[in-house]
Amino acid sequence: MATRIFRSHMLICAGTACVSCGAMKVRERLEQELKDRGLSEEVRVVITGCNGFCAEGPIMVVYPEGIFYGKLKPEDMPLLVEEHILKGRPVPKLFYVEPVKKEVIPRMKDIPFFGPQVLRVLRNRGLIDPENIDESIAKDGYLALHKVLTQMTPEQIIAEVKKSGLRGRGGAGFPTGEKWEEARKYDHFPKYVICNGDEGDPGAFMDRSILEADPHAVLEGMAICAKAIDSNEGYLYVRAEYPLAIKRLNLAIEQARNYGLFGKDIFGTGFDFDAWVYPGAGAYVCGESTALMFSLEGKRGMPRVKPPRSAEAGLWGQPTVLNNVETFANVPQIILKGAKWFNSLGTEKSKGTKVFSLAGAVNNIGLVEVPMGISLRSIVYDIGEGIKGGKKFKAAQLGGPSGGFVPEHLLDTPVDYESLEATGTIMGSGGIVICDEATCMVDSARFFTNFCVEESCGKCVPCRVGMNVMVNMLNRITHGQGTMEDIERLELLGQHIKETSHCGLGKTAPNPVLSTIRYFRNEYEAHIQDNRCPALVCVDLIQFRVDAEKCKMCGLCKKACPTDAITWEKKTPADINIEKCIRCRSCIQACKFNAIE
Amino acid sequence: MAKLSLEGLKKIKESVEATVTLREGGYRAKVNIHMGTCGIASGARTIMTAVLDEISKRNIKDVIITTSGCAGLCSREPMITVELLGTAPVKYVDLTAEKMREIFEEHVLKGNILEKYALAIGSETTF
Repeated sequence: MATRIFRSHMLICAGTACVSCGAMKVRERLEQELKDRGLSEEVRVVITGCNGFCAEGPIMVVYPEGIFYGKLKPEDMPLLVEEHILKGRPVPKLFYVEPVKKEVIPRMKDIPFFGPQVLRVLRNRGLIDPENIDESIAKDGYLALHKVLTQMTPEQIIAEVKKSGLRGRGGAGFPTGEKWEEARKYDHFPKYVICNGDEGDPGAFMDRSILEADPHAVLEGMAICAKAIDSNEGYLYVRAEYPLAIKRLNLAIEQARNYGLFGKDIFGTGFDFDAWVYPGAGAYVCGESTALMFSLEGKRGMPRVKPPRSAEAGLWGQPTVLNNVETFANVPQIILKGAKWFNSLGTEKSKGTKVFSLAGAVNNIGLVEVPMGISLRSIVYDIGEGIKGGKKFKAAQLGGPSGGFVPEHLLDTPVDYESLEATGTIMGSGGIVICDEATCMVDSARFFTNFCVEESCGKCVPCRVGMNVMVNMLNRITHGQGTMEDIERLELLGQHIKETSHCGLGKTAPNPVLSTIRYFRNEYEAHIQDNRCPALVCVDLIQFRVDAEKCKMCGLCKKACPTDAITWEKKTPADINIEKCIRCRSCIQACKFNAIE
Repeated sequence: MAKLSLEGLKKIKESVEATVTLREGGYRAKVNIHMGTCGIASGARTIMTAVLDEISKRNIKDVIITTSGCAGLCSREPMITVELLGTAPVKYVDLTAEKMREIFEEHVLKGNILEKYALAIGSETTF
């Protein structure tokens, strides 16, 4: 069977980030332009999942040359088609410009952001059309499923996954093979396979991107797990805020069913498996496995006491394996290429790769996949290419509200479960938010603590009451009303909450506060003793003033001030009336001479 | 649709593989069609159609087609450059669709340079 050959493929990234920057309008205009020039027959436009380099969106990569175009607008399309496609001259003005050296880099493979990355889970990102199962099959999709169904016993599958050293990518890092083994032990049927796509950490978007870019890898991983534990039913719990991921998953499941890769008697081996998508209603606690299962059952999402573990009595009281999106996405390749291939990368206890979403104050934000054991420094400086606007690095926040802040002097910490835990944070599901010098650590800790207060399910006292007390103390400190005893109280209370909380949410919720006290105690002290916010974030503790030497007496600040707090007359430096000032920063933004501090 | 077997899976893989390898930069030969104004005016488009047709007719997976601008010898258009990986590029001039098909068969597929249509061997590399 010969398929039509296209001389060029234009791959438009249609991850959520690029779509929200207007990727679909770019696509429309591009297709129109190709049609107008009679090129639709020889050039193919492909819509792919997240390319990873979200900062540059909307993105298009043109093959066979592998030219990377970023920040595209629909108006760029006529020029791009005429020059690149018709005349074969790539368009330099749409190339990527490296932020540090301002170097223009035409080819995707030469861009430093992509350099240190090792793509395994994301191997198909930006390369295949996630809405077309054939392209996934062309990249060996469902071959691993065939292998386990025809050549492997469930015990062999579990042994292979155990040998690979794969650990849960949701954050806690429980060995995947052991989980499967335990679920296999129990004899009450039916058993269930659940994929946890309830990615709730602020700033995290790995699972969403995987689901959007390569849904079949996740589905195949689930089917393999089902075979290993003797299950025939699976659920994907995906938060409702991810409409594109849900749409693509449903489409993928339907296509798999049409091919007989899901459903009854798969590959004629007598094995049945099917899966359904369940949109979660958006409670953070539902990312916790037992709460998630209650939510799936239609009950209120609240964690329950363990044991029994889910492997013994999970969904509807039946044996259940629950893994994270990324964990499942790793499985097919472990089966196809072997445990040895998988664990050739990584550190002693953490094998393979990890996908991170890099966000915050770095130059290159986006989705990255790196080998376990790479240093945080390499992620921030090689891939992220340093801090935006030449500012200084202050801390890396990992693991969202459950994680902590890693300061500059620990940036060489290798990325693996144990090393990160030793610094007081967690691997988490893979969100990294970079903070620069303009970030106030007390305020950030307050933000995450507040998040946990809002998301606490209220079942146990330490989390429900304790976190509230913590946030009140933090509020006092950021308002300049804290006392030195508050720091000790926060530490003590944080420890208690960690030790006595019921589920993972409470057990980790004090981490942001504890790690900031540990590494940035001086900032707490500055807030309390000097009534000063070093990063100039906490509005009650800052006062603006005009540096008369820098002031060029232009009066722009006066125009910008909404409360009339600035007095200025021609040929005299401006002055700020502290009583009237609401610290909105309008004047700082208006000033062209950095005269306001 | 009927259930997919391993053969079915492989068939789909084979038929789509060519498109995906194009995106991974895995190719053996490159046919560069010069499509400046002069090239287009003297019929480069028919050359392009002929190559695309040969590739899909024969189900070739390791040949890519690129375009480039005027090569500076406008009187000899349409012009192409054939480059097999690891060998010197060859420029062919004064082409027609028929000549193009002949070059495809002999040079691109079998590796024999067709001297009768060639202008130069070993000019600038375009890889």
